[in-house]
Amino acid sequence: MAGTVQRTINVKLRVWRQPNRDTPGHFEEYEARDINTDASFLEMLDIVNERLIKENKDPIAFDHDCREGICGSCSMVINGNPHGPELGTATCQLHMRKFKDGDTITIEPFRARAFPIIKDLSVDRTALDKIIAAGGYISVNTGNAPDANSIPVPKADADEAFDAATCIGCGACVAACVNSSAMLFMAAKIAHLEKLPQGRVEHEQRVLKMVKAMEEAGFGNCSNTGACALSCPKEIKFETIARLNRSFLKASVKRRS
Amino acid sequence: MKYSLSSIGQKQIMAVTGLVWAGFVLSHMIGNLLIIAGPDVYNGYSHALVSNPLVYLAEAGLVLTLLFHVVKGIRLTIANRRARDTKYALTPNGAKSPRFQSRWMIFHGSIILVFIILHLLSFKYGPGIREGYITTVNGVEMRDIYRLVVEAFRQPGYMLWYVIAMVFVGLHLSHGFYSSFASLGFYHPRYSPILNKFGYLYAVVVALGFIVPPIYVYFVL
Ligand code: HEM
Ligand code: HEM
Ligand code: SF4
Ligand code: FES
Repeated sequence: MAGTVQRTINVKLRVWRQPNRDTPGHFEEYEARDINTDASFLEMLDIVNERLIKENKDPIAFDHDCREGICGSCSMVINGNPHGPELGTATCQLHMRKFKDGDTITIEPFRARAFPIIKDLSVDRTALDKIIAAGGYISVNTGNAPDANSIPVPKADADEAFDAATCIGCGACVAACVNSSAMLFMAAKIAHLEKLPQGRVEHEQRVLKMVKAMEEAGFGNCSNTGACALSCPKEIKFETIARLNRSFLKASVKRRS
Repeated sequence: MKYSLSSIGQKQIMAVTGLVWAGFVLSHMIGNLLIIAGPDVYNGYSHALVSNPLVYLAEAGLVLTLLFHVVKGIRLTIANRRARDTKYALTPNGAKSPRFQSRWMIFHGSIILVFIILHLLSFKYGPGIREGYITTVNGVEMRDIYRLVVEAFRQPGYMLWYVIAMVFVGLHLSHGFYSSFASLGFYHPRYSPILNKFGYLYAVVVALGFIVPPIYVYFVL
């Protein structure tokens, strides 16, 4: 574009390389040269990978799909932070202008017992699907789609449900948590359905089933560290977890009586 | 899934038992400040406490809640360590830094546990009337607990250990107070941030209040 200053930087990468789940991994260093600062972080990795392919070396495996911050595929820990240093930003939306010339960038996979490593930076996040399968749905009769506005939803509830529904299921909350807990993810899914009349009916059952599924999948417990919410690219609020705790207490008391 | 073994249930048990102890330490801290008022007031207060039959109920409650708190704390910590089986080279930092004390809870907690055991042995189950620690206040014979405490805090090692232990009590509370409300499901857009600040204040007040008696005895008395 006319008038814009083209800026490029050189950075050094320390990337976690691990051929598969059962082989121990290690860090390897790479130079990323002449990277346009308007490039996204994933584009920078693409450039490094193209060079590796040309040199007949194994490219760095990492997950990505939409590259516009909505699919939740991209998953890596950049200098200790899932999705990198910027609040409310997925890795694919992070740009190289956030880094300085000469920086060393450490890139690791999401680490959690529940997320086994497939290769390098790519991890298996099926465990999140198991939590959803346990109760993250509503039961409706099949047939024609119901009329969109047949059940009125108050605006405030719709807004809250929508805020929770923005969770893209990336698992950064698990990656950030010292305990690898999936509480923020689960709380977002539950809050999303709880606030809508269609989801309200099964709310308590859902809470009990999903919490059980989270434990069985090998995630840890919540220590209220707040790391999850800060790492969340969709800025799901920490309070969502408090709301889940309240729902769980209520559901447990009701089940008793 | 039993509530008392579920992840959230165990955290809620920790929260309730932690809050019981948070209440106790505040009242115990205020009671111990009476040491400044002199032997008669301090001994009189202690005597009034131990001769109240309700004290047995309170003691049973404290022992029971501490037991639950410790057992659940250890269980959760083990499960949590297991859930993160490989270590990061770097952990969240900068704008994404988590609450600092939250990951040290088992560490402070263990020090506090050691403190409580030693503390009970040296004071509650320490030398009493039979060993000559006896005094008379307003015509009533009672244990001279004041003398025992003062003798203890005159020793620099003892004084220092108390000061250090109290710092850990404060650090534990600085995360624990706020955390317990979140565990129990309390959330309010306006009051939660205030509660967070109040938690820090609570921790500082309790820790500093407890530090007063050893410092006062050692440096002033
Ligand atoms: C004066 C005594 C104590 C007080 C006032 C206290 C208070 C608290 C409070 C309020 C919490 C927050 C609970 C929550 O997050 O829901 C907590 C958490 C915790 N306490 Fe204590 N506690 C005390 C002693 C201990 C002891 C003796 C231990 C263990 C050896 C311990 C271990 C822990 C652990 C590990 C946690 C964190 C649990 C987690 O977040 O996963 N505490 N404590
Ligand atoms: C400056 C700090 C402290 C001083 C001077 C102090 C002093 C005392 C004394 C003199 C007693 C014996 C009371 C009696 O049997 O008549 C006592 C009991 C006790 N203290 Fe402390 N204490 C301090 C800090 C703490 C802290 C931080 C904790 C808890 C974490 C604690 C927990 C207890 C408990 C559980 C008892 C037994 C209460 C009972 O059985 O009724 N103390 N303390
Ligand atoms: S809550 Fe946020 S961090 Fe966790 S899975 Fe959803 S979008 Fe990702
Ligand atoms: S690639 Fe889809 S969110 Fe980043």
